[in-house]
Amino acid sequence: MTKQPILNVHGLTMDFGGIRALNSLDLEVNSGEIVALIGPNGAGKTTFFNCITGIYKPTAGDIWLTNPKTTKKNSLKGLKPNQVTEKGLARTFQNIRLFPKMTVLENVMIGRHCRTKAFIFGAIFRNAATRREEQSILEISYAILEKVGLERFADEFADNLPYGDQRRLEIARALATEPLLLLLDEPAAGMNPQETAALDQLIKQISREGQAILLIEHDMKLVMSLSDQIFVMDYGKKIAQGTPTEIRENPAVIKAYLGEEVDA
Amino acid sequence: MFSLKELKKGLLTSLWFVFLTFPIVVIKVDPIARTVVWRWENVAYMAIGTFLVYFLVRFIQYRRENRPKPAAAREKTGSIVHRILQNPTQRVFLVAVVATIAVFFPHVLSSYQTNVMTTALMYVVLGLGLNIVVGMAGLLDLGFVAFYAVGAYTYSLLNLHYGLGFWTILPVGGLMAAFFGVMLGFPVLRLRGDYLAIVTLGFGEIIRLILENWGEFSKGPSGISNISRPSFFGIELGLEQSIIYTYYLMVIFVVITIFIVNRLQDSRLGRAWIALREDEIACQAMGIDKRKTKLVAFSLGAFWAGIMGVMFAAKTTFVNPSSFTFLESAIILAIVVLGGMGSIIGVIFGALILILMPEYLRALSEYRMLAFGGILVCMMVFRPQGLISNIRRTYTFEKKLPKN
Repeated sequence: MTKQPILNVHGLTMDFGGIRALNSLDLEVNSGEIVALIGPNGAGKTTFFNCITGIYKPTAGDIWLTNPKTTKKNSLKGLKPNQVTEKGLARTFQNIRLFPKMTVLENVMIGRHCRTKAFIFGAIFRNAATRREEQSILEISYAILEKVGLERFADEFADNLPYGDQRRLEIARALATEPLLLLLDEPAAGMNPQETAALDQLIKQISREGQAILLIEHDMKLVMSLSDQIFVMDYGKKIAQGTPTEIRENPAVIKAYLGEEVDA
Repeated sequence: MFSLKELKKGLLTSLWFVFLTFPIVVIKVDPIARTVVWRWENVAYMAIGTFLVYFLVRFIQYRRENRPKPAAAREKTGSIVHRILQNPTQRVFLVAVVATIAVFFPHVLSSYQTNVMTTALMYVVLGLGLNIVVGMAGLLDLGFVAFYAVGAYTYSLLNLHYGLGFWTILPVGGLMAAFFGVMLGFPVLRLRGDYLAIVTLGFGEIIRLILENWGEFSKGPSGISNISRPSFFGIELGLEQSIIYTYYLMVIFVVITIFIVNRLQDSRLGRAWIALREDEIACQAMGIDKRKTKLVAFSLGAFWAGIMGVMFAAKTTFVNPSSFTFLESAIILAIVVLGGMGSIIGVIFGALILILMPEYLRALSEYRMLAFGGILVCMMVFRPQGLISNIRRTYTFEKKLPKN
């Protein structure tokens, strides 16, 4: 499989008042790749996610999303979050944002919303097309739950799940929107080593199925094990880019994380 | 539980209540004879009464705390009503009983009772309408009565000026209210919770004040009278017949409303509403159009209020702005909250209890509203989740067919 770019970000800049949270950032994700975005706290990683998913309106810059199958290129700049998701960019959140009082299965079914279209008329009359659609929502959602290994919790309320499973459910819900690119915001935050290892397996499995993934993560072991490409940010700027081995050796990265050596 | 600590707390509570009620219960001023009567014996009654009630409440709480397991199990399977509804034979039986009562009600009981029941049924529909907005979509609406007023005045004015009949205006009133729902929806799309509540409250007042002050349009506070009652296939009915006819119409409306609201709840749209209630940002990130979903919730909720407004005008044959005060909105909201947010059966029970109870408490004459208030407080203390809380539909996945 030849690698084609899916996400192209050029010169993305975001100002909050006088503070420049993102400074002319460039980033590229190719099909089938796992790309990690790392950097110290406050570097602007989550701001970057919020900008490309439409939660914030970036001050300047371009965001392009390309469907590798049809090679159709869409600009995501200025779209609303739901339109971005419709175009094929689904995300999870750093602090879990499930729908707590809905069942696990329903949470995933919500992910199918933007790929289905029954409305008031269909809901009231429940015609054949609507019934078929409901059935397909149910089947696809259940299959995704099986994929992430949560099918036994299908009828539980989402907030009754253990922490690690809630994170998996967020991934399942995002997958249900059939994204071209999956964005994971610190998927391993707060997980214990076993849960992190299971997550590592899950992300690899999803990636093997051809899903392109862009993740923010602090767990370096996880990042090094998963990523094809790593982008390093500090103070809203990209300071390095490369394969895990390159990044490990990069002096700028070491400086950002450990601080500069002071001459005695 | 009868420890010294508890006794002390009980004593303090009763002292506090004696203090609170002192001016009303003990001091009696006779303005004519210019005397003040001190009824000290009431202090004792108050203290003993409060003390006993305190221990009764503590006892009930104590019993509840000591059996956490069955309570947890009930949470899962739902209340008795849910269990009956889940069992097909019991469900058929229950529906048959309710249907029989509904059919024979006006023939067995007086027309006064029938009238009261018709009003209660109207509130069932209003409650179900507001339940879409508040219970499902989680948008706190304190101005719901505005849509009720829009429906009522749409019928009254068109009937007055153009002589249009009930059946012609029924859908028009609903659509008119739905249109106003969208009008309210647009400016409040960004608001949530408290802020939304305040704006909707203002909206409700604006509609009422317009009706009260724009005399040429709405005839002001004196209202519009002699509105036609609903006709029966073009035949005008007498008063007695009309009451029974209106009652049956309401029964049919309630059935249709339950059917439609139930289907909406179990649809893609209903799920989107609930998701919107749970987490707005996650909802958008999952590809749900927040604008569209909210506007649809507002307009569908308002639609039912509009329909009921037309019904109200036709039933009472008279409307004036004082029927559409904030208190009315508050009662409809209380129906939804007391019945159980988002639960259709809960809302039905809530409406029946809230509207019928004050009527049947008339035996208590001047203590009626006191008893009513007391019962409301007790209900909220003992069942904060509402009478019958909603249980989410579960999908049993057997290869192909989902149950339900």
